[in-house]
Amino acid sequence: MAVPVDSLTKQTPASSTLRFAFGNVLAFFILLLIGVLAFSIRLFSVIKYESVIHEFDPYFNYRVTQFLTKNGIYDFWNWFDDRTWYPLGRVIGGTVYPGLTLTAGTIWKVLQSLNIPLSVETVCVFTAPVFSAFAAWATYLLTKEVKGTGAGLTAAVLLAMVPSYISRSVAGSYDNEAVAIFALIFTFYLYIKTLNTGSLFYATLNSISYFYMVCSWGGYTFIINLIPMHVLLCIVTGRYSSRLYVAYAPLVVLGTLLAALVPVVGFNAVMTSEHFASFLVFIVIHVVALAYYIKGMLSPKMFKVAATLVVSVGLVVCCAVVAVLVAVVASSPTKGWSGRSLSLLDPTYASKYIPIIASVSEHQPPTWPSYFMDLNVLAFLVPAGIIACFTPLSDASSFVILYLVMSVYFSGVMVRLMLVLAPAACIMSGIALSEAFDVFTRSIKFYITNLTEYLQIDAGDSLPGNNVSPQNDVLKNEKKEDALKERPSRKNKKKEKEIIEKPSVKSKTEKRPLVLPVEASFFALFLTVLLGGFYVVHSVWAAAEAYSAPSIVLTSHSHDGLHVFDDFREAYAWLSHNTEVDDKVASWWDYGYQTTAMANRTVIVDNNTWNNTHIATVGTAMSSPEKAAWDIFNSLDVKYVLVVFGGLVGYPSDDINKFLWMVRIGGGVFPHIKEPDYLRDGQYRIDSQATPTMLNSLMYKLSYFRFVETDGGKGYDRVRRTEIGKKHFKLTHFEEVFTTHHWMVRIYKLKPQRNRIRGKTKKSKSKTSSTTPRSGAMKKNPWH
Amino acid sequence: MEVFASRSRLTLIFSLFVLLSLCFRSSTSLSSSTSELQILTAERRIDLVSHIIRVVLTLKVQNDGASPASNVLLAFPPAQVKHLALIQAAELAGKKRKKSVHPLDVKPSNDADGPNGAKLYSISLRNPLSTGSSVSIEVSYVLTQSLEPFPVEISQSESQLVLYRDSALILSPYEIKQQTTVLRTPSTKVESFTRVEPSTQTRTELKYGPYEDKPSFSYVPVLVHFENNNPFAVVEELVREIEISHWGNLQITEHYTVVHNGAKHKGGFSRVDYQSRPTFSGASSFKHLLVKLPPRVHSVYYRDNIGNISTSHLRTSYSKSELEIEPRYPLLGGWKATFIIGYGLPLEDVLFESDDGKRYLNFTFGCPIAETLVNKITNKVVLPEGSKNPSVVIPFSVERRAETSYSYLDIVGRPVVVLEKENVVPEHNSLFQVYYDFHPMFMLAEPLMLTSVFFFLFVAALAYIHMDISIKK
Repeated sequence: MAVPVDSLTKQTPASSTLRFAFGNVLAFFILLLIGVLAFSIRLFSVIKYESVIHEFDPYFNYRVTQFLTKNGIYDFWNWFDDRTWYPLGRVIGGTVYPGLTLTAGTIWKVLQSLNIPLSVETVCVFTAPVFSAFAAWATYLLTKEVKGTGAGLTAAVLLAMVPSYISRSVAGSYDNEAVAIFALIFTFYLYIKTLNTGSLFYATLNSISYFYMVCSWGGYTFIINLIPMHVLLCIVTGRYSSRLYVAYAPLVVLGTLLAALVPVVGFNAVMTSEHFASFLVFIVIHVVALAYYIKGMLSPKMFKVAATLVVSVGLVVCCAVVAVLVAVVASSPTKGWSGRSLSLLDPTYASKYIPIIASVSEHQPPTWPSYFMDLNVLAFLVPAGIIACFTPLSDASSFVILYLVMSVYFSGVMVRLMLVLAPAACIMSGIALSEAFDVFTRSIKFYITNLTEYLQIDAGDSLPGNNVSPQNDVLKNEKKEDALKERPSRKNKKKEKEIIEKPSVKSKTEKRPLVLPVEASFFALFLTVLLGGFYVVHSVWAAAEAYSAPSIVLTSHSHDGLHVFDDFREAYAWLSHNTEVDDKVASWWDYGYQTTAMANRTVIVDNNTWNNTHIATVGTAMSSPEKAAWDIFNSLDVKYVLVVFGGLVGYPSDDINKFLWMVRIGGGVFPHIKEPDYLRDGQYRIDSQATPTMLNSLMYKLSYFRFVETDGGKGYDRVRRTEIGKKHFKLTHFEEVFTTHHWMVRIYKLKPQRNRIRGKTKKSKSKTSSTTPRSGAMKKNPWH
Repeated sequence: MEVFASRSRLTLIFSLFVLLSLCFRSSTSLSSSTSELQILTAERRIDLVSHIIRVVLTLKVQNDGASPASNVLLAFPPAQVKHLALIQAAELAGKKRKKSVHPLDVKPSNDADGPNGAKLYSISLRNPLSTGSSVSIEVSYVLTQSLEPFPVEISQSESQLVLYRDSALILSPYEIKQQTTVLRTPSTKVESFTRVEPSTQTRTELKYGPYEDKPSFSYVPVLVHFENNNPFAVVEELVREIEISHWGNLQITEHYTVVHNGAKHKGGFSRVDYQSRPTFSGASSFKHLLVKLPPRVHSVYYRDNIGNISTSHLRTSYSKSELEIEPRYPLLGGWKATFIIGYGLPLEDVLFESDDGKRYLNFTFGCPIAETLVNKITNKVVLPEGSKNPSVVIPFSVERRAETSYSYLDIVGRPVVVLEKENVVPEHNSLFQVYYDFHPMFMLAEPLMLTSVFFFLFVAALAYIHMDISIKK
């Protein structure tokens, strides 16, 4: 951004090389500052709160990293985690994307070998900000390949503080996306680089970068679908070249081989439909390459004959292959597509069929305000960027356009994928801003040079007419352009390419570059800077206020100062110190990762929602009356039940508000749980109008047990803004063992089974028989 | 001069008095004493208010033997010896106004144990006690973990009752002419106590005695059952890392494992009851701990292994700093909590240079939390890299080890002096010194290393740019 702005009038060759070197140094320092900016804008969470891991998934990643640093890489691959999904357990080594963990583990190891005593936690907290600096640099490289240094720097600066990316990479947000976005952009950069140079070296690097992306995030399928699409686009638009072949073929071969090395992907790299597009295009590009080869050898007439022959034979073969593929894919129940991918293609799929996916807020489609919130002015600059990419359209710029279009579509499906859109929007806006600046500064430059010339002429010829419009100047000074036109070309293109493209540049610039009136340029320049200023202000606000809360510690400002709600950690610390090491804790799956990481206790379900039935079991227990819930929990060896309750302090995302999802998910597997039983006239309520099923459910009871005593008999729930329906009740099968200071987490213990009473053997016998065969007891519906 | 004169006069009067009393004593009971020494009066005051029991024993010892005695023996029942954290003795000289205290040396005695395994401690007197003369000795000792909760488990609404076992008579290898024992309880609620006539209870004091002419090693077990709701805060393990940086800072990091060592909590914990009726509900629990830190502390933090703990207040003043901390949750009987406290101190407050050119750290040994018992303390003094010959001066016995730690670009490592001690009470918060040799050149080692690394990096970059290493021309 700063480089084109500071370009000045003509210079001698010696001073121009000096200026060129100076520009490079300047660009280097700007990049350095962009890195610092990207890092430091993400530190609001540390400054405002503390250096702590955020939210849910990062706690799991943190725990895995701790295991890795403690036990080494081999134990990590073979890690069977028995502290989660009790009694099933989970093979961690084979089911996680290890990229993030290995990255942080390696950083920690390097620091440790330099005797820098940073804790694993500190490394994990700061991994995301460090990688967002890398991502900003990768954006610079990518945009530079597309539209030159100026656009690159602008795009990098925009990416460094795009709110959408900040939301996922503040310090402490130790999640896969933190490193994956860097890997994504860097892979795209290397692809474009290979496409521009045709170098096998970059093609290999590209495969390795793709491998890193596969290690890091499930979003790698975006790459492996987007690049084939671009290749296909190039072929269809007649842009096939050997560079395209070099860029694509090694990526598919090496990339797929490398991807198959990652345990979580494994044979999926060749078996699932997400990858089929790449293989199809792989075949297509070979056919096209062959066609081009043959075309070179044969005469045009012979070629026409050969083409018809090949096309007819090829069609038959293709049909056969497609038929086989369809048959294979159709034999699998989800047609070879995973649930999340299907919900990408059909946005209504998840809410229709998989409540567990639909229950996560980040899997919902975004709203319009969220686009403005996450992209701000970029949303308006993107169309301008697309136009700039079309003048002229190159392989690289067509790729960027395709990337943008695809990511806009996907972001419309799932709010989480806004993150993929952000780099594309930054690149486009960077190009747009840079082009705009180019035009405006060029106009001003023209004006200045003409002005000085006029003054000289004035001195000699004493010619009147100072208020000549700049358009006239252009017409008059057409000869001057020859001297000037080399400036933008040298700045924007690479050195080697400059010689090749010089003729084309000359022919283009001879068409008279766009020059605006100087007043308009100044005004537009001012507006653009203002726009950028708004963006900066908004980004800083978003980083400081909207996206820096760690969500395990909450704060509120009241008239008597800051109030801290640290109840989650209070509960987890209590669990970790005052219960037995092997006790099992049941809670809704949201708190599974945190419980295992912070309290080190075995949980029944966690945020890795791989087993729907197990989650449904917990959901069923939570929606059942006490006795039935006790039976379910007891059959799972559960000793403690943890519920999150926000009614006392007004914390809205508590278990009562999530309760309908428990009912739905539970009801999806165990049909005796019916959602209408919990709703009064289709409305979810907990006041006196609530249904008896609702008021007798375990979740209601555990949340509101003795709640009425806190406010003198009213029982006013501050989240639901109503008095609770059932105020005085006793628990028969559970016992309150801990409630945190603000009542946000309540922990109950399962009461031990009563001793058998002589003379009631018949009853107790039926009781035991109903508890031991678990599934039978649950499928039955003893309370209806 | 005048002071000295008055003191010598005092001594003269005192010795005269002793002589007189000796004459009196020897005339009354000459045959009953088998030991050389005998105790004329003994008064024992046992403070049962907190969970750390402090006993003050004032003895007046007289030498009846033929030869001068240089040692006075004390006897403890074996059950108490295990819990004996600290024992100190002092000689009291002078009368009320011009009383002076001279600390005396106390060591476990080499002599054989007394009857029933009673352990003997010997006090070395300043001057050997000549025949017929007497001396007043004040012995204070601290017993830990001697209050036994009974009932062992209580629910949230009950208050905590404890048992204390001791003897109504002072266990002593000598005959005691006259003795009294006073126990001070935290409240008037005493469920029961063993009566050994004469024994009386007045408000918070239980008085056994006076008893006359009890022979040596007499023992009458008594049991006191009373209410004690004071916090039984025990630090199971405390690891303190004290790191010296010659750039001007002393960094202290303390890792605590705190447990409520009173009656175990039974049944559920109801937050409603705990919040609405704090005096009756969970009376024995504690929420706050007071940490007494040196003045001028800076960058204090309080956290545990899952992050910052936001409930703490720091008050700093000219003479002291007080950090009031709350664990994440109130500690009921048997509940545990871990946390870390860290703080920095300006180096000039704690590090000095001795006359022979050695440097020494002068710092407190024990746990800074008020009124807590530490089962095991480990003080790790991390000396700066390059320091040599560490030596420790400490007023009580500790176990010492040496380690090496590595931090921030260290190459040879920092010598660590590890001092370990078990059963530490607040009385152990005395100063100790670590002497070591250090050359200031070592302070420059790391900056020089860093500069040279960057220098070579830039040289390498320069060389790379100016060299053409491509194969084709």
